[in-house]
Order: sequence, then structure tokens, then C-alpha cells
Amino acid sequence: MAEDCCAPGGNVMILACSGGSNVGQLANQAAVELTQEGFGKMYCLAGIGGHLSGFVQSAKDVSEIVVIDGCATCCSKVILEHAEVPIKSYLILTDLGIEKNKHFNLNRKDLERVKGAVKEACRGS
Amino acid sequence: MDIKVLGPGCPKCQQTEKNVKEAVADTGVDAKVEKVTNLLEIAKYGVFGTPAVVIDGQVKSVGKIPAKDEIKKWITK
Repeated sequence: MAEDCCAPGGNVMILACSGGSNVGQLANQAAVELTQEGFGKMYCLAGIGGHLSGFVQSAKDVSEIVVIDGCATCCSKVILEHAEVPIKSYLILTDLGIEKNKHFNLNRKDLERVKGAVKEACRGS
Repeated sequence: MDIKVLGPGCPKCQQTEKNVKEAVADTGVDAKVEKVTNLLEIAKYGVFGTPAVVIDGQVKSVGKIPAKDEIKKWITK
């Protein structure tokens, strides 16, 4: 085994609301692509919402965490507050000027803006 | 008490297991300590990284080596 085979060092935990609107799905797709690009690792917000100890403790112990909410309802943020997980980096996609709708037509330009904003939020934390 | 140390076997996992065993010995708590190296078994706990420590089914720490004193607090509560 390598010296640090199982150390999660340097990994950013990415939590997205993945909600039922364009902005929820933009949050989800940004988390997927950032994971695929090696920026961080998308993790299960549902597991934290279910108060499963492995998920809650992982979120509490990780060194870097970024939370992406689609809209100002702030579901992800509230879930983490209920689980007593401190939030380090946080953004709401409607604050970027992206209008919430129920059409689910995600466009590449918005997606790239979201990914850039996530990286920026992490740099600022 | 049932204690599991999750991790495939790097030095951090080994140190965690050592700390757990020493904490159990120091406190005299009646506990079974098991090392879990099977990745599918580890995945069932949903942890973001390893090493992780699970006490009676509750995950207590993830991705770090818990100090012996911290482990003692968990097992004597």
C-alpha cells in the first residue's frame, strides 16, 4: 500500500441540492463535472439529510467543503444546519443572475459560470 | 462494544487501529476491535475517506487518525 493510500487529503467535498428545477439540476451537473475534472468529489447530500452517521461525520471531518444551492430556499444549507455540519464555502445559483424555471433546459454557458463560481467560492474560503 | 477500523491498510489506518487498541487496553472496556479492509464493506458505511472508526454502528471519525484520548472519550461514554 502506498504511504497515504487512504488519505482524502486535498479532496474538496462537493454537495449540490440537485433539486427539481433548472438551477437545482445546474448545481447537480456542475458537481458531476467538477468531480470528473478532478476539482473535488461530489458527495451524497441525501445521506446527510438522512442523518446516516458515515455521511454526517464525513462532512464534519473533511477539510474542504463547498455547498451549491440552486435557489434561495437554501435546502442544502438547511440540511447541513440540521446535521450540525459547518459550511465553509457556499453559493446560491440564482444569486449569479440565473433565473429559476421548471424547464430543465440547462445551457453550457450557465454551467461554465457555475463551475467557475464554485472554484471562486472555494478560493475565497 | 463493537469497534471497527475501516481502511485498506496504509500507515494511517494502521496507526488508527493501534490507537484504538491502546485506548481499549488503557480503559479496560470490553470491546471487540475489528479491522475492515474490504472496500465493498467499507463502502457500506458511506464514508468520504479512510481511516474511519465505527463504534456500535456509529461512525465517529473519517479521514484522520483520532487521538487516543478522543477514542477513550467515545468508548467510556
